[in-house]
Amino acid sequence: MKLLKLVPDHTNIHFLRWRLPFYIVSMVLMVASIALVATKGLNMGVDFVGGQMIRVTFTQSPAAPVADLRGEVASLGYGEPIIQQFGKPNEVSIRMKLPEGSDHDAGLADAMAKRITGDIKARHGDARIDGVDSVSGKVSKELGWTAFQALGLAALAVAAYIWLRFEWQFGVGALFSLVHDVTLTLGLFALTGLEFDLNIVAALLTLIGYSLNDTIVVYDRIRENLKKFRKMPMPELLDLSVNETLARTIVTSLSMLITLVALLLLGPDVIFGFTAAITFGIFVGTYSSIYMAAPILIWLKVNPKSFVPTESDMDRQERLARERG
Amino acid sequence: MLDFPRWKQAFYWALAALAMVSALPSLFAFSNLRWPSMLPRPEVNLGLDLAGGSHILLEANPDQVKRQRLEAMDENVRQKLKSDAPDVAIGDVSTLNGAVSFMVQNPAQIDKAREAVLPLTRGVGLSGQRDWDIAVLDGNRVVLTPTQAGVDADVSRAMDTATEVVRKRIDALGTREPTIIRQGAQRIVVQVPGLKDPAALKSLLGQTAKLEFKLVDSTASPSDIAQGIVPPGSEIVPCQDVRSCGGVPSIAVRRLGGIKGDQLTDARQSNNSQNNEPIVNITFNSEGGGKFARLTTENVGKPFAIILDNKVISAPRINEPILGGSAQISGSFTTESANALAISLRSGALPVDLKVVEERTVGPDLGADSIKKGGIAMLVGTVALMTFILITYGRFGLYAIAALIVNVLMILGIMAVANTTLTLPGIAGFVLTIGAAVDANVLINERIREERHRGRRVFQAVEMGYKEASRAIFDANITNVIAAALMFFFGSGPVKGFAVVLVIGICTSVFTAVTMTRMWVANWLRRARPADLVL
Repeated sequence: MKLLKLVPDHTNIHFLRWRLPFYIVSMVLMVASIALVATKGLNMGVDFVGGQMIRVTFTQSPAAPVADLRGEVASLGYGEPIIQQFGKPNEVSIRMKLPEGSDHDAGLADAMAKRITGDIKARHGDARIDGVDSVSGKVSKELGWTAFQALGLAALAVAAYIWLRFEWQFGVGALFSLVHDVTLTLGLFALTGLEFDLNIVAALLTLIGYSLNDTIVVYDRIRENLKKFRKMPMPELLDLSVNETLARTIVTSLSMLITLVALLLLGPDVIFGFTAAITFGIFVGTYSSIYMAAPILIWLKVNPKSFVPTESDMDRQERLARERG
Repeated sequence: MLDFPRWKQAFYWALAALAMVSALPSLFAFSNLRWPSMLPRPEVNLGLDLAGGSHILLEANPDQVKRQRLEAMDENVRQKLKSDAPDVAIGDVSTLNGAVSFMVQNPAQIDKAREAVLPLTRGVGLSGQRDWDIAVLDGNRVVLTPTQAGVDADVSRAMDTATEVVRKRIDALGTREPTIIRQGAQRIVVQVPGLKDPAALKSLLGQTAKLEFKLVDSTASPSDIAQGIVPPGSEIVPCQDVRSCGGVPSIAVRRLGGIKGDQLTDARQSNNSQNNEPIVNITFNSEGGGKFARLTTENVGKPFAIILDNKVISAPRINEPILGGSAQISGSFTTESANALAISLRSGALPVDLKVVEERTVGPDLGADSIKKGGIAMLVGTVALMTFILITYGRFGLYAIAALIVNVLMILGIMAVANTTLTLPGIAGFVLTIGAAVDANVLINERIREERHRGRRVFQAVEMGYKEASRAIFDANITNVIAAALMFFFGSGPVKGFAVVLVIGICTSVFTAVTMTRMWVANWLRRARPADLVL
């Protein structure tokens, strides 16, 4: 039986030769993402700005009367709704932010949801309300704050763990590469206008975990090689480590992508944004563990002396074997 | 590393089998099969976003409790002084600046007045603090200031009562397994799965149901009321709509001498025999019935106002004394709203207004759609992944696939036994876990390949592969657990469900992808003794 080999044996690509151009590209992308988030802004869901979102299916119509709905909901006097089709053409979500300066009114979001659903049901006999989300101003601020805390703590906690397990330079490198991944994902959300809600924060947390997965595998190999080849120049050693783990990186990323793409194309529409964030994050995470996390070690001056050469049994056997052979 | 004594193998299999058997009832439920009822049936709960249902966060306003407390104290101070120290002349009772204060005409009696109101305050908690501070100002004014501890204790008590009332009201709807939990100082979380009409639930929870009967003050002229001028001892109450009070937007009622509707034994929705309009029949307990009989006997021919949550819902004339202890409430109801009011009255009034500050409702159709699509995506993704792994790693891929299947069943089984909830993001967590579990096998298999290329013999290469890969697998999983744990502590319901699947999945995948496959590979190596590996 002939097995599939995506990465031929003894592959030796000089990844690190291009580290500077790629760093510049990544920096530009990061700045662009931050600029996009700052100027265009994220399409914040009701979780973070307060307001209501309802999902309606017009069971007897081939397509939802979007234009009519826009006028009808706007005439209720809360402002312009955001109406988006999702799933089938007769399914829409109707989103309405809290009017400016009404954050203190605890019951407003609920009242809006009640009015809008009532109005739609009265006007459209075939309207079926599939979901209602309403979040008051105060609760939305709390949700935003907890989301921010969770992301910040997760980033710091995993960086601290890597610092404990490796050396401080590795912690910095891991932190930097995951900030890179999260920033670019946020940029994607600003660019595409995909709704940014609590689920997306969960996706970002997942991404932090899995983008590190890659980084750790590469770092683990770098550490191993640093102990093994104590004379090898750093760029060469990093290249060797990345190449040795390349097959694993490609196979794992593809495995994840296969399942994620299935979820993206066939899965529930409600979690499309969530899956999209993770899928994009896996791409960026794979790239960043090669081009962000590894080269940063050169600039942070990691060298074989960074590690106390602790010799395990296996290491000694290898050394003895080398000395003999 | 490749030594697996028989007892160890038996133990691993037993562990896996135990978890997998626990998954069976859930699998039966998902495929609409009947699980024999005599067997124990741990089952994975479906979250509200899959089963359909409502998650509602209710919030009370503590200012309202403070105000009520102040008003009650105002009333109590007047009564206490009248009964216990009738010779102390007081004046200028005020509730300004959030404190109750009154002036004592004769400064010599200030201590007596202070003594008289002291029993109205109580100690709170263990610190010896009282619920009100009593102070004397300018030698002639007694000031009772509410302490924070006192306010907190009252808010807490009000929330306890409110939680009970909410529970009674939801039980009256007859839904299965509602969850009602107090959250923090002033919130209640309500979760009701599989609800047909979430709007009915909300209108039930939003209604304070404070019912009052008060005499209408007929001496006040409509034009005065419109300007906000009322005779002393009366107050203006807005009408629910213009029909409620016969064409005026608000009417004046006597502040005292009314009765409260909290002394009821029953309340039922029915229809008026004359015009068939929906009404609510209420039955007083003996004390309430007596008061109501007295009120109606003494005021035949006069109109009285039925006030619900500070709005007049109708103001009928008392045609004859009502002595039977029951009464009808009419007030332009629909059948639904009359029924909701009857339930609310039966369960008692809420001690504070509750507002819906967050709602997440998913209809049963959307939930069913999510399950179906999620299931299909999971199946397609898994089969595609298995094919990919098989053509990449051959026999070793087969072990990885077997581990994957055991893994999925184990996650499901553990979730069932631990009584956790599967949510929509949780399904995504499943898919992701499957992808990530494979990573461990990829790491191991690639390492074995490498070791073979370095010229190690089969046994040693496999042993090295498992050993060297384990370190990275361990570190990577720890960081994932850190991220998932934070998600669990900070996330809301559906996201928590995601985190649960991730954490369980990480633990089981280390067991299946590392331990189980190593056992299988070891058994094969010992049996077949291959000279080379196809990898």
